Amino acid sequence: MSQDIAIIGAGMHPWGKWGRNFVDYGVAAAREALNDAGIAWRDVQFVSGAATMRCGYPGYVAGATFAQALGWQGAEVNTSYAACASGSQALAAARTKILSGQAEVALVIGADTTPKGFLAPAKGERPDDPDWVRFRVGITNPTYFALWARRRMEIFGDTQEDFAAVKVKNARHGFTNPKARYRKLFTMEDVAASAMVANPLRLMDICATSDGGAALIVCSLDYARRIGKANAPRIAAVSTVTPTYPSAIIEMPDIATDSAVGMEAHSFRAALPRKAYEEAGIGPEDISVAEVYDLSTAAELDWIEDLQLCPRGDAAKLVREGATTVGGRIPVNPSGGLACFGEAVPAQAIAQVCELTWQLRGQAGERQVEGAKVGITGNQGLFGHGSSVIVKA
Amino acid sequence: MSDGPQPVIEGFFTTGPEPALLGSRCTECGVYYFPRQESMCRNPDCESTQFEIVELSRTGKVWSFTDACYKPPEPYHALEPFEPYAIAAVELEREKMIVLGQVATGVGVDQLRAGLPMELVLETIPDANEPAGKLTWKWKPVA
Repeated sequence: MSQDIAIIGAGMHPWGKWGRNFVDYGVAAAREALNDAGIAWRDVQFVSGAATMRCGYPGYVAGATFAQALGWQGAEVNTSYAACASGSQALAAARTKILSGQAEVALVIGADTTPKGFLAPAKGERPDDPDWVRFRVGITNPTYFALWARRRMEIFGDTQEDFAAVKVKNARHGFTNPKARYRKLFTMEDVAASAMVANPLRLMDICATSDGGAALIVCSLDYARRIGKANAPRIAAVSTVTPTYPSAIIEMPDIATDSAVGMEAHSFRAALPRKAYEEAGIGPEDISVAEVYDLSTAAELDWIEDLQLCPRGDAAKLVREGATTVGGRIPVNPSGGLACFGEAVPAQAIAQVCELTWQLRGQAGERQVEGAKVGITGNQGLFGHGSSVIVKA
Repeated sequence: MSDGPQPVIEGFFTTGPEPALLGSRCTECGVYYFPRQESMCRNPDCESTQFEIVELSRTGKVWSFTDACYKPPEPYHALEPFEPYAIAAVELEREKMIVLGQVATGVGVDQLRAGLPMELVLETIPDANEPAGKLTWKWKPVA
């Protein structure tokens, strides 16, 4: 029996700093996805929401919040929270429901309204919370991005120019994407002139936080056939594995790694796509396009290697050769990535799948990857959360 | 109570002439923890509930480094104008772990590189209520 489900609808509210209620963005994305699928809201049997922690109680119960906003119609609801991977976990919940035969068609949805500046921890004196501890001693999210970036420079000889080239490439990709927040072309000089945030990373190397909303309509292959969408792109894998102890790399929000006394240390990021490839029964050589979590420009290079699109340490070379640009051998972040979107946490992993859907349907306009057949996402967040989703035509 | 600045977080480090981070060690499988873990071992093959409190190695080698050019949000308390500081991730050989910390005042990223030997020192960081600030651990290149 096939373990695939079909994606029949994709929708997004444009990313930005709109300052409106997150529910507005979610509803706009859902309506666009329903319209794209050509089905009615009343046809949806399962609503799988990705939670936001920054918008009060309605955010904690996002699945129900969106279902009520669209109009209660008796569907079952679920809400997933998994930091940056919340959207993928919501997708995994919908897939399980569909593959077990409990629902035929589901709405997967996430949206966020974000504060200005650094993402800060919850209030109060909480020394038992590692997130509080690290902020108390002055360690922010860009600290981790910068430590990973500097490690690349020290070990592989990457340069700040290599990182800037990722930004220039992503800016060119996102330039014509109507859903992107930043649609402006940048030069290497622009990146070099932006303020240093956490050496070696400058403001333009690091992704912002954004408001945004994304939605998918997914269904059983049988349902897709019945409504004349037998050729819709399919989800072939959703990997949401946890890290394996002990961690090899310092991860947010910890101030220390695990101790690898007597054991081999493991990379979390690399484990995520490994499981996805296994589940889909394909390998990195089958991938035609990738959407990865460029929390920083340098993080995109880590992801390219974690997805096994090139040997460890070679990603900067791939970018220099133009291989990761649309038109190149293996385009990465044709949407423009987080560089052009900024992060809207619960919507972001869903947005990655929206982009792959449009790419595989050949609907991505000027950023279209010619003949895209198989796409993969890579995404990582706090507290052992991450995901990798494979979509095939 | 001793005079002088108090630790920013209670129980994270010793404050003697040779300060050290206070971690814990599983008495069964031998892995270390920082911050301390005293109730359960996170090694998936170990069910130990016995831990000893140990001083972690005071020296290690730089794994990577960066700095903070902008004032972090609360609960960090920064003075105005904000003084940027460097941050190092230091690998401890015996514990086989990497520990983050600010780098001692006056040492910038241009003085750091992977593999550089570092030692633990205590310095103050600003505090909302204590004008003298509070003590925290920092990494300093070995002289």
